[in-house]
Amino acid sequence: MIYIQLLLSFIQIGLFSFGGGYASLPFIQNQVVTKHHWLTMKEFADIITISQTTPGPIAINAATFVGINVAGIKGAIVATIGCVLPSIIIILFLSILYYKYRGLSFMDGILYGLRPTVIALIAISGFSLLQASVLPNSSNTHILQNLDYVSIVLIVGALYILRKYKTNPIYIMLGAGIIRLGLYFI
Amino acid sequence: MKKNYNFYLTMFLSTFFISAFTFGGGYVIVPLMKRKFVDDLHWIEEEEMLNLIAIAQAAPGAVAINGAISIGYRLAGLLGVMITICGTVLPPFIIISILSVAYQSVKGNLIIQLILQGMQAGVVAVVFDVVITMITPFIKDKRVDSIIILMISIILTAVFHINIGIVLLISGIIGIVLVKRKSKI
Repeated sequence: MIYIQLLLSFIQIGLFSFGGGYASLPFIQNQVVTKHHWLTMKEFADIITISQTTPGPIAINAATFVGINVAGIKGAIVATIGCVLPSIIIILFLSILYYKYRGLSFMDGILYGLRPTVIALIAISGFSLLQASVLPNSSNTHILQNLDYVSIVLIVGALYILRKYKTNPIYIMLGAGIIRLGLYFI
Repeated sequence: MKKNYNFYLTMFLSTFFISAFTFGGGYVIVPLMKRKFVDDLHWIEEEEMLNLIAIAQAAPGAVAINGAISIGYRLAGLLGVMITICGTVLPPFIIISILSVAYQSVKGNLIIQLILQGMQAGVVAVVFDVVITMITPFIKDKRVDSIIILMISIILTAVFHINIGIVLLISGIIGIVLVKRKSKI
């Protein structure tokens, strides 16, 4: 039963994440955290963090991680298959169309409309991650006392460096991790 | 190119190594695939490769996986798809399998927690950096229609909790209408 749930969830993640990469964040979050409670928001933030420092698409990394945690290595295989299945079917379909008609003009329109929505969804996901990062105990009502000020400074600093110097994101994240660790021991 | 054992093995190994050493997702992996299959192996013409990449970007899902599928299909049909998908998926699958076992055992460790917390702040910055980069062309080219779609999408999903699939479907249809009207003018 759990295998079918994993398969169906990750088929939806694979099917809807237009634009790849960060575009899959809101769908993974929706299925894995909100709907099925397979991961807590904190674990979700951790897996996103881990998958940014390892090779491979976020969705595949998340499928493997969630699958293993929920139903072992078999779960990981099922979730990964679910994740790539929509891609296989749609790419085969588009490839056949392309080699037959040598054109995919209707796709331009779809993509034109989807792009802003995809950005909106990534931004919403970004705000959930922001909340998990600067307000780790969201159940507590004293918001100002609970704010993680170190995270706020790190986020602002990291964003500034990214915008100004176009630094490789991996260095940014590793740097932020090391600074956070270092600050604790000072 | 002869489709013998060596051909399939080269296909598998090429995608495996490109995937194993590509950090940062689709936008990095696609140029690497082009270099391998067009410039090194001469299996695909440059222009056809660009079209295969366009197909990969038009379909939902990770661009790296989609690129592997369209290249695999072009080179050896369904069998090719299976080979290039395995090559692309296996490296992250193996690495994350090992890491998730490690994660469970170090989850409570203070040092790991602190590093992850710091890195998480970095991820937030990276995500917003991506968002800013993606929005910039809309503002520069004054694409009001795109900005309106973006705003409405945020309101529908964040405020009214409308299903994401439905929001995507609607915006796709609006996109077709908008592009059709533009091409008529």
